[in-house]
Amino acid sequence: MALFIVILILMIAGSVVAVEIKNMLSAVIAAGIVGFGVSVMFLFLKAPDIAITQVIVEVLSLIILIRITTNADNEAIEKKIDNFANIVGLIFVGLFVAFCFWAFVDMTAFGTPIMRVSQHYLSAGLEETGAANMVAAVILDYRAYDTLGEAVVIFTSILGAFVILRSRGKKKLTEKDMEKVGIPE
Amino acid sequence: MIVYILNVIIMALGLYCLIAKRHIIKKIIGMVLIEYSMNLFLILIGYRINGLAPILLPEMNRVQFSQYGVDPLPQALVLTSIVIGLGTLALMAAYAMKLYEKYRTFDMSEIRRLRG
Repeated sequence: MALFIVILILMIAGSVVAVEIKNMLSAVIAAGIVGFGVSVMFLFLKAPDIAITQVIVEVLSLIILIRITTNADNEAIEKKIDNFANIVGLIFVGLFVAFCFWAFVDMTAFGTPIMRVSQHYLSAGLEETGAANMVAAVILDYRAYDTLGEAVVIFTSILGAFVILRSRGKKKLTEKDMEKVGIPE
Repeated sequence: MIVYILNVIIMALGLYCLIAKRHIIKKIIGMVLIEYSMNLFLILIGYRINGLAPILLPEMNRVQFSQYGVDPLPQALVLTSIVIGLGTLALMAAYAMKLYEKYRTFDMSEIRRLRG
């Protein structure tokens, strides 16, 4: 419990730096602190599969973010302070935190989950699916259609990124193509 | 409960960054912060005190495993959610690069002239 609080406070410090610092490269690296902190939290919360996945995904997303940061000239653009956006943001954040606090009062305490469905997975998962890892049993057997939908979402987003980043639609016409079509010089 | 509240603070920082900042990379960072904190929140709900990882080893007692194993269902769904987050981050980064190529700036208030 104290370990979780220490790691979470480190992550909060990293996210404050990421939100408020002017230099974009530093902001990206500070967001990386939060990502690797989440990975360490997963490891201590007895979720080793997700910890491994989070490390890999965090490295890849840091590479993507550094790529778009170093692409541009890195000047600070906050010339005038936008009071309206700040006030609206603070109001929304305040409402959100108040609502979360109100919802947390009714939740069960930390460490005692309600496991109506998952108890069946834990007690009968080995006989029903033959998998020793219950996470693999859930994603590949009990909820396999969900995994299929996830694959569709990833395929669509990568296809979209590929289409947007493609600079030339077709290859340029060469002289030989010109002769074949018969366009005069 | 204090763990949940500290987690929600990270999400509130991401929401503030998403609403109030004008730099596009700052908005992407806010989105990423919200995503991380939400994944972590779902895993925190499924944790049991003195829990065991939901992987069955040969020398393990089955009754003890079903009594102390942590919840495998949010772990499986968060596993898909993390990978989807990487895909959407790549899409956002592609849009940001295209916007920078067209307008030569990352400032949202400069990109308001979105016509033709």
